Amino acid sequence: MPATAERPEILEVRALCAEYGNQAPMLLEILHDLQDKLGYIPEMCVPALAECVNLSKAEVHGVVSFYYDFRTRPGGRVTVKICQAEACRSMGAEALTEEILSRYGVTLREATAAGVTFEPVYCLGNCALAPAAMVGSELLGRADGPSLDAAILEAGR
Amino acid sequence: MSMILYVPDDAAALSVGAERVAKALMVAAGERGLDLKLVRNGSRGLLWLEPLVEWEGPDGRMAFGPVPPGEASGLLEAIVAGGDHPLALGPTEEIDYLKNQERLTFARVGVIDPLSVRDYEAHGGLAGLKTALTMTGEAICEAVLQSGLRGRGGAGFPAGIKWHTVRKQETAEKYICCNADEGDSGTFADRMLMEGDPFTLLEGMAIAGLATGARRGIVYIRSEYPHAISKMSRAIEALEEAGWLGGNIRGSGKDFRVSIRRGAGAYICGEESSMLNSIEGRRGTVRSKPPIPAIHGLFGKPTVVNNVLTLATVPMILAKGADFYKEFGMGRSRGTQAFQLAGNIRRGGLVEKAFGVTIRELIETFGGGTATGRPFRTAQLGGPLGAYVSDEMLDLPMDYEALAENKAMLGHGGITVFDESVDMAEMARFAFEFCEEESCGKCTPCRIGAVRGRETVEKILRGENVARNIALIEDLCELMTDGSLCAMGGLTPMPVLSAIRLFPEDFDRAPALAAE
Ligand SMILES: Cc1cc2nc3c(=O)[nH]c(=O)nc-3n(C[C@H](O)[C@H](O)[C@H](O)COP(=O)(O)O)c2cc1C
Ligand code: SF4
Repeated sequence: MPATAERPEILEVRALCAEYGNQAPMLLEILHDLQDKLGYIPEMCVPALAECVNLSKAEVHGVVSFYYDFRTRPGGRVTVKICQAEACRSMGAEALTEEILSRYGVTLREATAAGVTFEPVYCLGNCALAPAAMVGSELLGRADGPSLDAAILEAGR
Repeated sequence: MSMILYVPDDAAALSVGAERVAKALMVAAGERGLDLKLVRNGSRGLLWLEPLVEWEGPDGRMAFGPVPPGEASGLLEAIVAGGDHPLALGPTEEIDYLKNQERLTFARVGVIDPLSVRDYEAHGGLAGLKTALTMTGEAICEAVLQSGLRGRGGAGFPAGIKWHTVRKQETAEKYICCNADEGDSGTFADRMLMEGDPFTLLEGMAIAGLATGARRGIVYIRSEYPHAISKMSRAIEALEEAGWLGGNIRGSGKDFRVSIRRGAGAYICGEESSMLNSIEGRRGTVRSKPPIPAIHGLFGKPTVVNNVLTLATVPMILAKGADFYKEFGMGRSRGTQAFQLAGNIRRGGLVEKAFGVTIRELIETFGGGTATGRPFRTAQLGGPLGAYVSDEMLDLPMDYEALAENKAMLGHGGITVFDESVDMAEMARFAFEFCEEESCGKCTPCRIGAVRGRETVEKILRGENVARNIALIEDLCELMTDGSLCAMGGLTPMPVLSAIRLFPEDFDRAPALAAE
């Protein structure tokens, strides 16, 4: 037993890295899984990640910060991604985003008291059924206020 | 005898309730003591009709749609009674939208059970790989070259030439990397294919392996596509189990293994060299060329990077012959293209047609005009880096060269329609903003240019020195076109300049405060 027991997050990092053979090329996969488990990538995991896959801390930090998917702070309990790209814009995505943000009384990326975070996304591949949104892991087509509310309620359960 | 119904589990169909329809149908069947078999197919691509339910009746497949979950029970009742129902659309294949297409790459999508190897084979699957196993690598590359197949990911580079280059490299290790990043707004064909007929993509990759001597394939799928990721994973397992992937394919002594990598929400990772960096577990920054990936690609090894549709079209070419494919199309654009009708359009969906179809036919005949019913204003062709077109350009044929001559591009085949309410100056601002958000940051014209561009359009939006600021933007665009390392910065001027050129009235703003 080491003198100071490692925190559970660090143990998680070690386990995940081992699962991927401690291979540097698997870093993105490791980060995805880690975020699925912890909800975000805590800053303090970076040194252990770097050590396990044999990269510098700067390199790991560079990867984490480059990709939009990776969060370094805990997000809300329910993440709602609203598409802001052209196809959805052509069907009123901006107005929809504004409407929903003002109704929930938050700005983009700010969690509501109930733990709902709205995030912008550029394309969900549902462009023929615009505007599109993704609530948790559920894709919504022809999204509007009521359908978003219903999906948020469902995902929060 | 059991009754067979098809309910898609394609992400778009699910997004409008297909899962609830499937469940409701099962419940309704249970209540009636019916032996119902549900096949979860891909989508036919008639997306405005989703959830589209099909019944395998005595006269073939009959379509019903869009089916709201609450309608499921009534629908089942009607089908039992012979199929008459207000949502009935008749035989699926006879629906004009589908009937008037030329489906080659998408021939099986929506038709088969995507994860049944038996179904796949019964519908012509694996014929290409079987043929390829009897050919030399050189002959396979040559067939692909002769078919005229060009990369469907955007740049339109001949696939056969790329494959020949990789084949000629004398290294033990080589890779086939499938680009399934599909980040363009207005496009969803890669996703639909991966969800509706994943085996054809894997078969194409295996053929590419035989052609070039690569024994490993990687599919890089964007994280926004969880359904596609899960379908592809299960498809790999199924094909390995059946002996068509993995070690010693069907006793041929050839190996080909495929694995999946998830992207992480960066548009630039669709650019091939960024994608390779990302697969290597690094930041998705663009590599300077040369060397090209065909010589120095993944982990420095020769690598074929092709789009999903490029690879998925190859099995059909080998099964039916290069000439068969080449017969379709016009000029140097051979074969068919998966056009994706998106945005403000009444009948949005996937239309596979030979090159040469006009933009008008796609938007009006297939698409039925705008969804809102307001007059058409513009369409953006080829994703966020593509040009906007005006009414007068609608009779242009969809063909790589004809579009290029008219300062537009085909890209990945997406067509995003806008009605008259669109503000083109705002769209120009958005084009810069998108580049600002998604630039990999490696070169100055793109990284800084996008920010300056956005700021300058914002000034125009406020009516400040409009003429001078437009001139400034034109200047900046020239710099970005000439000085950017990749098409992210290089093509952002496309939407911006086309908006200024075709819709000058939207930029002609009066100063906001002058009226007071
Ligand atoms: C910014 C940018 C984004 C791109 N995104 C994609 C993409 O999502 N999918 C794709 O296949 N090609 C994309 N490309 C084109 C690829 O770099 C490459 O040309 C293509 O994958 C090659 O395959 P193909 O020859 O089969 O088209 C992109 C290019 C750029 C510059
Ligand atoms: S043009 Fe933009 S995205 Fe492309 S290499 Fe330069 S900075 Fe990166």
